[in-house]
Order: sequence, then C-alpha cells, then structure tokens
Amino acid sequence: MKQLALIFIILLSLSKFSLADNGIQPKIDTGDTAWMIVATALVMLMTVPGLALFYGGLAKRKDTLNTIAMSFISFSIVSILWVIYGYSLVFGEDILGIIGSPSKIFLSGVNPNKISGTIPEYIFIIFQLTFAAITVALVSGALIERMKFSAWVLFCILWMTLAYLPVAHWVWGGGFLAKLGALDFAGGTVVHINAGIASLIGSIMLGKRRDTSLIPHNLTMVATGTGLLWFGWFGFNAGSALAANGLSGVAFINTNTAAASAALSWMFTEWLYSKKPTLLGIASGAIAGLVAITPAAGFVNIIGAIIIGIVAGIVPYFAVIRLKPKFGYDDTLDVFGIHGVAGTIGALMTGLFADPTINEAGKGAFFGNPYQFLIQLLAVAVTIVYVSIISFFVFLIIKLLLGLRVDRNDELIGLDESQHGEKAYNLHI
Amino acid sequence: MKASMVKRLIIYTFKGGFKMKKIEAIIRPTKFDEVVQGLSEAGITCGMTITEVKGFGRQKGFVEIYRGREYEIRFIPKIKIEIVLNDELVEKAISVIIEKAKTGEVGDGKIFIFNLEDAIRIRTGQRGKEAL
Repeated sequence: MKQLALIFIILLSLSKFSLADNGIQPKIDTGDTAWMIVATALVMLMTVPGLALFYGGLAKRKDTLNTIAMSFISFSIVSILWVIYGYSLVFGEDILGIIGSPSKIFLSGVNPNKISGTIPEYIFIIFQLTFAAITVALVSGALIERMKFSAWVLFCILWMTLAYLPVAHWVWGGGFLAKLGALDFAGGTVVHINAGIASLIGSIMLGKRRDTSLIPHNLTMVATGTGLLWFGWFGFNAGSALAANGLSGVAFINTNTAAASAALSWMFTEWLYSKKPTLLGIASGAIAGLVAITPAAGFVNIIGAIIIGIVAGIVPYFAVIRLKPKFGYDDTLDVFGIHGVAGTIGALMTGLFADPTINEAGKGAFFGNPYQFLIQLLAVAVTIVYVSIISFFVFLIIKLLLGLRVDRNDELIGLDESQHGEKAYNLHI
Repeated sequence: MKASMVKRLIIYTFKGGFKMKKIEAIIRPTKFDEVVQGLSEAGITCGMTITEVKGFGRQKGFVEIYRGREYEIRFIPKIKIEIVLNDELVEKAISVIIEKAKTGEVGDGKIFIFNLEDAIRIRTGQRGKEAL
C-alpha cells in the first residue's frame, strides 16, 4: 500500500514537471471539448441502441434478445477493459511500432488537467473507447443465432485485447503503419476491415446455422437502427477530427454524402437485379456507404465522397448475393460482405482520392502520389493477414475452453430462451 | 340430478342438440372489410372472432427477397373468421361470405361448417341459443 502511494505521488509529480517543462502551457479549447463530448455520446449511440436494433431486427424473433445482448455486453466489457489497459496499449508510448506501453494502466498519470490536443485527455480516452466497443460489437452480426453467450463474452475480452488493440496502435497510436503514412481517418482498417475479417473467420469456424435464412423478424427495428447508426456516424467521422473545425465539417458532409449515394446505388442495383427496391437494401447501402467513407472522410473532396459512396453500394451488394452463396460460409448478417468489403473499398479509395487541398496530411494517386495507394494496400493486407490469424486462434481457444456453439435443441428453441431464459414477445397482457 | 341438466340431456339425446353451427371461413385479407360489412348488413350481428392465419391450399406461394436472396413463402396470409349461428341463419351467412369474398381466382379461401354442441355465456351461465 505504501509503495502504491509512493508510485502515485511520483507519477503525480512527474506529470506536473512535464507540464512545467513544456514552456508553452497547452490549453483546453472549450469549443472543441464541447463538440468531442457530444461526438463521443453519438458514437456510443451507434452501438446501443443503433447496432443492437439493426442486428436485433434482422435476427429471428426467437434470437433477437440474444443478438441485442451481444451488442450491449460488448460495449460493457470493452468499457471496463479500455480504462484498465486498452487505452494504454493503444495510445501509450510506442514500443517498437507494435504496441503502446502499459504506463497508463488504470489511466495512471491522467488527471483533469491533462490535455490531448486541445481537449481533456479524459474525453479523448472515452471517445476512443466507443470505437473499440463498436468494433467488437460489429463482429456479433456474423455469429448470431448459434453462438454460446459465454463464448461471446470470452470473445469480447480476447479479441479486443489481441486483435483490436494492436491494430489500433499500428494505425492511430504511432505504430508502424502510422509511421509508413497509412491514411485511416476514422477507422476503415482499424474498425471495419478488422471486424469484417473476424466475422468471416468466425462464421467459418462456428459453421452454418441449422436454418440459414435471413428473414428479418422486424424490419422497422432495422430501419430505426440504421437511422441511429447514420446519425451516430457523424460523431464517429466528424469527431475523428478531434476538434470543432473545418476538418470536422469536411468529414461531416462527406459522411452524409457517401451514405446517401450508397443507399441509392444499392437500391438501383437491387432494383435492376432482383426487381424490387427493398428497404433492407436501402438500409444496407447506407451502412456500406458509411463504412466506406470512414477512412476517407477527412481526406477526400465531395466528388471523392460521391464516387466512394456509389462503389460502396454496388460491390458489397454482389459480395452479399454472390460471394456468400458461392463459398457457403454463414455470415449471418453479412458483416464481412458489408463491413469487410466496404471497409477495404474505402481504405483503398482513400489512397486514390485523398485531396491535399482538403487535408494536407493526405495526397492520393489522383493527386500525383501513386505511392499512397500502395501504402493503403499494404495497410489493408497487413490488417487482413494479422486479424485472420489472431481471430482464428481466438476462436480456437474459445472452442477448446467453452465450445463455440449451443447444442441443437438450444438452437431450435432459440437463443433468447436457451441462453437468457427470456422471450422478446410475450402473450401476457 | 339438477333439472337443468336433465333438460340438456333430453335436448342432446332426442332433439339433435341445440341446432347451432360454427362457421369457419378462411378468406383473403383484402376481402375482409367487405365480408364483415356484408354480414352485418345481412343482420348477422351475433359477433365473430377473427384471426390472422397463414396457410396454403391450391394457391401457389410467393417470393420475398431479403439481401438479394429469394425466399419461397409457401404459407400465405389469410384471415379466419369464426361465427357461431342458429341453424336457420347459416345458409344466409354462407351466401354473404361467398358473394363478398369471391374473386374467381385460385386462393379465395374456404368455408367450413361444424355442428356445435353447446355455447355458454360466461357472465350469466346461459347456455345454447340464449348464449349467442
């Protein structure tokens, strides 16, 4: 106890020294801070209830509570792990480009006077927390209707630690991809490719559901969830400017533009191929557009945003209707087809469309820097390879420890009843 | 043995019951309003129970598309109307239902007639035709 107190005092004094040493006192910008608090809350809204409703409505009525619970519990687990060690391992001092130092475990050294950029470090920490949480929650969509809830809880812990934290450090925490100059404004590789690849691996390792249909039990929930995701995404992308400024304005308008373009292009593609413009198609398109613009939001101009959106409404559509049946993996809610594929599209197209007059940090191939496209390709490839391998081992460990799937009978009566002892819809008045 | 029970026993044994029938009509949801209105205009106002049901007969199913994948929906939504009537009103009800629910296409539905043994009004305990 004495030692702990001593360490605490030393850390406290160290932090005071570092502030004093700086010469210029970094100042909190109240406008930036206010915006980032709101943006953080917006990103939280994406997971619960946004993603929870989006996934929950797509699930069968006997599995909808389990699906919703998966999102809720990922948010809760990540919230705790993030403040214990997650933040430190991503944003702590870089160690060999691989991982952050554990010096900020339990947020040690952080206090209300600590500043990150122009906002309190606390705000930065919780803003980043919401990103980690939604990334983990996204994966659940591929695994629902058959995964043990206990296995999912363990997955959240292991995968967040072994897959999310290193990749987030590489791209955002000063790791080797950041040093190479890979562009990822708000999480195309870190969030969406990451979650998409884990989903693909997971759906293969869990195997098919006994009934592989995707007939949504409540499309109005899906539409509500999509709306909340779209709305929350303004916090996700415009918030990634980490300030209330012109860059957040660019990210905001690009986000909305790409979402709308992709909703339309998915709808027209579907209208052409399967004869009906479905609401689920429009919603799926909007999500694909939001995913694809995520890495590009603060780098491209409005034409770039429209083109990225259009492509994001077409390619994932074919990934979902052609690729999935061809290979036969049961990615229940098309997390790979939408997040993996659109995330890759976005990451690569950022390397083409990054406009230095929008953000001098990024100059794409169409603006005279073809090298950027190669860096993007490398970042995508590294992420895919690393996350595939790690996800495989994470699922393998869970399979050995707990087993991944519920048994046949539990799957047939539904996971709401078998895992939680609850039903979403009851006759009692 | 109570007198009322004796009376009922006589009715069941010698008079062929209370002479009531239950009509179960499976109809198109699009014809539901017309059928209900037609029945009430024909003076059949003793009440009814309706249920949203799904089923199939000769009518083929249809296709729904979710995320580009086609699903053959074999069970088609219909509405089931249940009415309990005195025997003498049954033919009238049948003709109203046929008149209002018919389109001439496959899938118009069916009407089933059941002999009804008894009916009881829970509030008063009245039985048979008095309960309708």
